[in-house]
Amino acid sequence: MSVQNILAFEKAGQIIEKYGYNRAKLIPILQEIQNEYRYLPEELMVYVATMLGTTSSHVYGVASFYSHFTLKLKGKYVVRVCDGTACHVKKSTRLLEAVRAHLRLAEDQNTTPDFLFTVETVACLGTCGRAPAMSINGEVYGLLTDETAVAVIRDIQDKEQASHE
Amino acid sequence: MKTNQTVTVDNKVVPIEGERNLLELIRKAGVEIPTFCYHSEMSIYGACRLCMVDVEGMGMVPSCSTVPRAGMVVKTSTPEIRETRKMILELLLASHQGDCQTCRKGDDCRLLALANRLGVRDVRFKKKGRNLPLDLSSPSIARDPNKCILCGDCVRMCSEIQGVGAIGFAGRGAHSIVTPCFNREIAAVECIDCGQCTKVCPTGALTIKSDTTEVFKAIQSQDKYVVAAIAPAVRVAIGEEFGLDAGANAVGKTIATLRMMGFDAVYDVSYSADLTIMEEGTELLSRVTSGENLPMFTSCCPGWVKFMEQYYSDFASNLSTCKSPQQMLGALVKETLPDAIKKDRKDIVFVSIMPCTAKKFEARREEFKAADSPDVDYVITTHELALLIREQGIVFSEMEPEAFDMPYGFNTGGGVIFGNSGGVSEAAIRFTGEKLTGKKNEDYVIREVRGEDGVREVEYDFSGTKLKMAVVSGLANARTVMNGIRDGSRSYDFVEVMACPGGCVNGGGQPVSVDRLARKKRTEGLYRTDKMLQLHKPQENPYIKDLYDNLLGVPNSHKAHELLHTNYHARSRIKSDRIEQPAETDKLPVSICFGTGCFIRGSQKLLSQLTSFIAGNELEDRVSLGATFCFEQCDKGPVVRIGDETITHCTRVKAVEALTEKLHL
Amino acid sequence: MSEAVDLKARAKAYQENTRDIKKRVVVCAGTGCIAGGALKVIDKFEAVIREKGLSVALTINKHEDGYQVTGSGCQGFCQMGPVVTIHPDNIMYCKVAPEDVEEIVEKSVLKDGIVDRLAYTHKPDGKAYPKKDEIPFYRDQHHVVLQKCGNIDPSDINEYIALGGYAQAEQAAKMTSEEICSVMMDTGLKGRGGAGFPAGKKWDMARQNESEKKYVICNGDEGDPGAFMDSAVMEGNPHSIIEGMMIAAMAIGADEGYVYVRMEYPLAVKRIRAAVKAAQEAGILGDHMLGTDRPFDITVMEGAGAFVCGEETALIASVEGKRGMPSPKPPYPAQKGLFGKPTVINNVETLSTVPMCLQTGAEEYRKLGTPSASGTKTFALTGHVLNTGLIEVPFGETLRTIVHKIAGGVTEESGDLSPEGFKAVQIGGPSGGCLTQEHLDMPLDYEHLKAIGAMVGSGGLVVMNHNTCMVEIARYFMEFTQNESCGKCVVCREGTKQMLDILTDITQGRATMEQLDLLEELAGVVKKASLCGLGKAAPNPVLSTLKYFRDEYVEHIVNKRCPTGQCKALRAYSINPEKCVGCGACVRKCPTGAITGEKKAPHVIDAEKCVKCGACKDACKFGAVLK
Ligand SMILES: Cc1cc2nc3c(=O)[nH]c(=O)nc-3n(C[C@H](O)[C@H](O)[C@H](O)COP(=O)(O)O)c2cc1C
Ligand code: SF4
Ligand code: SF4
Ligand code: SF4
Ligand code: SF4
Ligand code: SF4
Ligand code: SF4
Ligand code: SF4
Ligand code: SF4
Ligand code: FES
Ligand code: FES
Ligand code: FES
Ligand code: FES
Repeated sequence: MSVQNILAFEKAGQIIEKYGYNRAKLIPILQEIQNEYRYLPEELMVYVATMLGTTSSHVYGVASFYSHFTLKLKGKYVVRVCDGTACHVKKSTRLLEAVRAHLRLAEDQNTTPDFLFTVETVACLGTCGRAPAMSINGEVYGLLTDETAVAVIRDIQDKEQASHE
Repeated sequence: MKTNQTVTVDNKVVPIEGERNLLELIRKAGVEIPTFCYHSEMSIYGACRLCMVDVEGMGMVPSCSTVPRAGMVVKTSTPEIRETRKMILELLLASHQGDCQTCRKGDDCRLLALANRLGVRDVRFKKKGRNLPLDLSSPSIARDPNKCILCGDCVRMCSEIQGVGAIGFAGRGAHSIVTPCFNREIAAVECIDCGQCTKVCPTGALTIKSDTTEVFKAIQSQDKYVVAAIAPAVRVAIGEEFGLDAGANAVGKTIATLRMMGFDAVYDVSYSADLTIMEEGTELLSRVTSGENLPMFTSCCPGWVKFMEQYYSDFASNLSTCKSPQQMLGALVKETLPDAIKKDRKDIVFVSIMPCTAKKFEARREEFKAADSPDVDYVITTHELALLIREQGIVFSEMEPEAFDMPYGFNTGGGVIFGNSGGVSEAAIRFTGEKLTGKKNEDYVIREVRGEDGVREVEYDFSGTKLKMAVVSGLANARTVMNGIRDGSRSYDFVEVMACPGGCVNGGGQPVSVDRLARKKRTEGLYRTDKMLQLHKPQENPYIKDLYDNLLGVPNSHKAHELLHTNYHARSRIKSDRIEQPAETDKLPVSICFGTGCFIRGSQKLLSQLTSFIAGNELEDRVSLGATFCFEQCDKGPVVRIGDETITHCTRVKAVEALTEKLHL
Repeated sequence: MSEAVDLKARAKAYQENTRDIKKRVVVCAGTGCIAGGALKVIDKFEAVIREKGLSVALTINKHEDGYQVTGSGCQGFCQMGPVVTIHPDNIMYCKVAPEDVEEIVEKSVLKDGIVDRLAYTHKPDGKAYPKKDEIPFYRDQHHVVLQKCGNIDPSDINEYIALGGYAQAEQAAKMTSEEICSVMMDTGLKGRGGAGFPAGKKWDMARQNESEKKYVICNGDEGDPGAFMDSAVMEGNPHSIIEGMMIAAMAIGADEGYVYVRMEYPLAVKRIRAAVKAAQEAGILGDHMLGTDRPFDITVMEGAGAFVCGEETALIASVEGKRGMPSPKPPYPAQKGLFGKPTVINNVETLSTVPMCLQTGAEEYRKLGTPSASGTKTFALTGHVLNTGLIEVPFGETLRTIVHKIAGGVTEESGDLSPEGFKAVQIGGPSGGCLTQEHLDMPLDYEHLKAIGAMVGSGGLVVMNHNTCMVEIARYFMEFTQNESCGKCVVCREGTKQMLDILTDITQGRATMEQLDLLEELAGVVKKASLCGLGKAAPNPVLSTLKYFRDEYVEHIVNKRCPTGQCKALRAYSINPEKCVGCGACVRKCPTGAITGEKKAPHVIDAEKCVKCGACKDACKFGAVLK
């Protein structure tokens, strides 16, 4: 199984308990579980369904509806390149291509093999005045060029590299 | 102001009489609005947009989700509406993948029918099929998501009416799909095989899993002796496939047809329904006397049985131990026929003809096998039988009625009404009532248990013995009743549950009727048949008497138990072999069950206790903790497996004891 | 019964404490400026002031003689961020870096001077504008909603109170629910979330539906790409939303509220959460709202990434823990909303305006805007203009003022002004339509926009120059809606898919005129037959670009040519032999080796190999490469 530790169940249990086993709180519960494990493992979704007294197909239906939820493990850094209107007219598509090329992502691939980066697009980060923009794990970067965007990523790569040595 | 409570529909004035939407009112006016996503018994979904009509001052509105208001002027067909409907169908057809010529839905496809009715002759959009895999895992239903138009009918049926929720929407937008959780195969999830979803599905996305080819092969094979057995509800519905009225009893024609097709013997499942009453009634009487395992639940509906095993296994011992009529007959035939006709058990093929898709699942249950061959070899539904008949070109309507083969062809009215909700209860009362009072009862009709409601409660007093009963159909209703029993707010002695709303007359394998009153007419058909028969009480069936005299002795005898009874057990809802930890060779594997049963019995607390015990004794390197879903012993939860030992009703003390022993602490 | 909440005392204490503050430095701490490094600027200000042995007040809680440094919400001019304003002098500095702080402190904090190089310089006239009010971008705006937003410290509830905050809620507590509704109806305040339904009327409906439980929901899902007005208000003035919700709750008799915030706005989530907590601690929210007998409390919920959840019924489904799929109306939320109870759901800006409406009174409020559309509207102004950002103008303002005055004019790709370059404005994002030259003097309000097939929408304004391909823009919006369609109803799910397909075909030169007719027919059906607003509005960009720029479509289809050269598939690069000097610069840049030629002789492009990246055009110093 992909959850390496049974403690995941305990953790999930605490989260669900915190929300009073309330079925209406499914979304915040899944959000917290995902914050913990970076994705939603099936086993935990079955568990959530059990604890909330609902069906697994309902939990799966909700998890697969919202784009924030991910059923596959994502990278440690989630790069979200804005393709909102403001960014689009400022050529965000090229920015995205540059970032993907730098990370050598193949056409149908969004996550690097080392699970360090996942690249996605997002419709507006709320910083349209500084388009084009992207965010990495919630931190927003604006007025980007291909070069500055790649530089931000390179910095993270270097930092990660250093922490491994 | 009664007079003003009207709506004008296409120049016709129609009174508003409590219709919850315009659609119902327009139907009342005699106009058949095309729809895919509206079913009167389910919630309004509003997704197909076909039901749009023009209301003066409002423009085009969906009639299913518009409340009728006095004075509305409705047009159901304007050029705009016509174009819109056509375009909707064009859009659907463009994303539809499959050939009508080879489609499992055959003539029942509403998409095809509507495209024809609305005169769609051209699809101007690009074809955009999705090439999703078929799911043929289930014994009862087949899924082809490429044909799904996402009307959601099946989803609402499964959750709102059946209370199961085995399938649901997943994904979003153009990626939406109706699927079991995590895109698993349907056989791996909690589907109880009732087939109700296939009945509401307008397309070939959900269909009955067909076994006709196997049956055809068996009939054709020279060395097989092929027995057909017809269920009660089949006879009042099969005619609809051939232009007869709903509810007309066509059993004679069916028998004749089956003989013509080459079946060697044709028996009646009503016979074994009579037998079921003898066994189940006797069981009820002894439980009432002893007061044990009450309420007793009927066990003749395999959809309900699986539901019970999955969700209410703490009541598993309350299920009657009787096999269903289908399984009783299969077991009897396979037991007695080899001697009678001098053939090996393996050369006798038992085919049952059922209103039911869940029976296909039931026939495959491990419990119902002997000497490696199943008691019931194949189950085909009413609808599949009709397909076989048509395939062979037999003109059903012109067949001269024939009679069943004996001995398993003789029935009483009690066995016949098994086909509708309340029938089992009524037959059971006809039997137990006489047993308890010791008096013969001339009037056999028990009106109180009849009716259309999904939950009906009745109470009887038979010479001082009170029997409180509930008649339930539709599993969402069963859920309500079971929860009530569990929390003590309801109590009964006997509960009849039929998975399908209205019982088997409305089974998942019955013809999909255009007649909205079909279910009611079929039920009436069964009561009419009962009335026309000479005998109404199972205990009066002479062939049943013979059976006890010659083979079984008395009801609930040892022999009867061997042949006609079984046991039911807890069953996990979602098959998951994936959560157990990979065995780490030098560690002691400990698995805690996190299924519902164990969860409500405290597995989470147990986990905290065990982790703190392990940490406190620094055993992390010696124990590998894992989780699992359901050891299928949910009623004895929490269940923990330590090494190869399974501990039920596990507590901290028990677990620590086992750990201490196994780790030589 | 808890203590009555003494707002006056809090306000007084705050004023006492700030009385001797000499200068107040407001560093914008909105998402945009933070992305530009604003937090480091704040730190630096503190450090520098401290270094000089002066006292800096961060949160105002004790009598301090000195200087105050505070963060604010978005000041609207994010492009120029991080921006810093200095009060009371009303100086605004742009693009401030930590290195600049020392000088600012020396010149403008300790003294009353100006750092000229940090003042905004207006390209068209080349002048520097150190005073905020005089900057052309601000000069022609009318700030009501945004007034506090860029000035106050969103994390300080007392500052909000000191400026008259929560007084309107206190006032409302003394009114009957009918009275509140009737005042709101008189103000004519229309919902700012898109549909423009009168807020007072909606409240009154919910008020009249008897129920022991009712809810108020603030819709902060703001999913329109390119719009960030609500995010700015949530970040910059969260207490005004809370106050608005309290008034709504009193107007309908609700005891529970939700703020549903889009998950892509972590800062907004953080600020509104903090504000709710502060209001709870102050006794403003809770079992005894403002010390009264009525309970009202607020839960903040983060969305999970679905544009359609901005639609009210979908939002409700989402709060209930379900898939965010809209459901047919009626029943409306005011009749049967959250958990089946009467629910008022309003947009962030609407709610934030409510206290102000009560404060000024209906009559006064109606003086702003037009008779049918009272008040002001915020817009997110982006695209090919000199100044982009968040703006606020009264209803009835013209596009001309916005584009030419506030935004400072249309620009080229390069950022240079392009006096003749205006082509169109997309208003209302993917649900809206485009406005052209002929609409420059049309008053912007609900009716006028509706009449020409556009809408106010949430307030996205994207200005496009003459180099923008309108077909490509329509395709872009369609791609967005198609991605965000919930998939429930056929016409939207399948219709947007097919519309996108046809639009893609057009931009790639594969489409036929029959397909164009089909597109138009389909757009009509999707508009009329969709279940919710997303589908109903999805065809708007297509229909309006078709209306005003039909010839561009035809050009793509018939002549397989994109008039603006934006559609990559239709671009053909070639070298003008007259101009080419054979320098070979382009050869070195071409990624596919498509260019060949003898040195010093005209080069040629092999169209088969060319992937239309445009690198050669950028490389050629002689303008020989043609597109
Ligand atoms: C697809 C779609 C998206 C919407 N998104 C938003 C949104 O992000 N924010 C918002 O306030 N209203 C949005 N709305 C409008 C809401 O449904 C609703 O009308 C609004 O929140 C009511 O508040 P108001 O009356 O204050 O405008 C959206 C509507 C649709 C159809
Ligand atoms: S589902 Fe209907 S339309 Fe589709 S292939 Fe089958 S018969 Fe034809
Ligand atoms: S209906 Fe037409 S297309 Fe279909 S099989 Fe017959 S002839 Fe062929
Ligand atoms: S067969 Fe019954 S239980 Fe199974 S998916 Fe269909 S409706 Fe649900
Ligand atoms: S499977 Fe059938 S019933 Fe279910 S959504 Fe698809 S088309 Fe409708
Ligand atoms: S009610 Fe009848 S048809 Fe339905 S599942 Fe049960 S046995 Fe089958
Ligand atoms: S119009 Fe689109 S978003 Fe709205 S309900 Fe229909 S499919 Fe969903
Ligand atoms: S456009 Fe790009 S690929 Fe084409 S010739 Fe120029 S450099 Fe080469
Ligand atoms: S860069 Fe321009 S001038 Fe030089 S070879 Fe290329 S096209 Fe000719
Ligand atoms: S469009 Fe990119 S931040 Fe808004
Ligand atoms: S029946 Fe009304 S929308 Fe489907
Ligand atoms: S839940 Fe079935 S054994 Fe635990
Ligand atoms: S975020 Fe600072 S001005 Fe907008």
